[in-house]
Amino acid sequence: MCGLAHYIEEEGLPTTLISLIWEHSEKMRPPRALWVPFDLGRPFGAPNEGVFQKDVLINVLSLLEYDNGPVLEAYPHEAPDGAGQAAEVACPVNFGPPPAEPGSTKELLQSFRAEIQKMRTWHELAEQQTQRSATGVSGLEPEAIGDLFDDFLEGRQPDIEANVQLSDLLRMAAEDIKAFYCEAIAAQPGQPRDVAGLSNWFWGQTAAALVINEMRLRCLESEEKDLLLAGKLLLVPRNQLHRFTNP
Amino acid sequence: MVRLAQFDEEERNHLLNLPCPVFDTTPFVRGAVVSKARVAIISTAGLHRREDRPFVPGETGYRLIPGDVAANDLVMSHISTNFDRTGFQMDVNMVLPLDRLNELADDGEIGSVARYHYSFMGATDPTQMEDEARQLAAIMKKDGVDAVVLVPV
Repeated sequence: MCGLAHYIEEEGLPTTLISLIWEHSEKMRPPRALWVPFDLGRPFGAPNEGVFQKDVLINVLSLLEYDNGPVLEAYPHEAPDGAGQAAEVACPVNFGPPPAEPGSTKELLQSFRAEIQKMRTWHELAEQQTQRSATGVSGLEPEAIGDLFDDFLEGRQPDIEANVQLSDLLRMAAEDIKAFYCEAIAAQPGQPRDVAGLSNWFWGQTAAALVINEMRLRCLESEEKDLLLAGKLLLVPRNQLHRFTNP
Repeated sequence: MVRLAQFDEEERNHLLNLPCPVFDTTPFVRGAVVSKARVAIISTAGLHRREDRPFVPGETGYRLIPGDVAANDLVMSHISTNFDRTGFQMDVNMVLPLDRLNELADDGEIGSVARYHYSFMGATDPTQMEDEARQLAAIMKKDGVDAVVLVPV
């Protein structure tokens, strides 16, 4: 982001940016930057908090009125309550214990498919409430994603379009499933919406997470560099890997 | 809220050791008066319209986002799995605050909102985006843009 600011400003266009990591902005010295104390992925602090978001935007725009730079300032306010505090999220339905024995991929996939069906009602409610969904990047419905993951984990060649890389499709489908689950749970009354709570719920309490981790392990066994990259970096977040590795 | 010191050691070290290009100088163009500025947003969230090509590893280009895009037409295909997406799922303005920008224009706090906005995918080495960024600056100037807000994830 700081690099883009340098290039665009050099072309004669004034820039101002939000910084999520002070140290990076300090090192790269963009013309104008407002550091904010928010989670990665939430540069305007909290969803559906229009007044707060507008204040962040006004503050970052105000840096344009400095005569000299570089300018690096800190936004003085924390995100509104609930946006960044860790909290436990109760599992919305009883999926039963996910299969834990080695070699039970088929059972795990069955649990995953059942879980999708249980999430479906809540997701439909979420779409009615918000009139939108961030799912669909892969172009597949959740049930079709179940088929894709099943094919991949059972060693069958998934039926995909010729211009699509399997590694890209697996990655996008995994993100679609996460979006489907998180949008579904957001429709439930009383559920926290903080970053850590949602992430810990998905990666710690769902069969979907176990399936995605199985795919990560299969990708790591692959000799194809794109699948290897997906397995190393693009399927499970670094801060959740501890759940799937031996101490 | 989050500060680098609050990450666990492994994550903190990862973020601290991310390669950052070094710039010997900082360009600085005198900014427009904010109340008269025509403002565009550039996100690095890997945003695009549903019908657009998703971002893939190594991507250096950008996607165009019309100012009147419907919230349900925007999706995110950033390749990183290490940042929160639930904020975007609940509210597009978390990463692309077009509603907030339009409100500022209506209130007279900025001059106007650009016709188009843009998204790159921030996982790519920024030096690889230099050509696209410079070309984009020329396009924005033709759109009458005189202030750019850059928004990371």
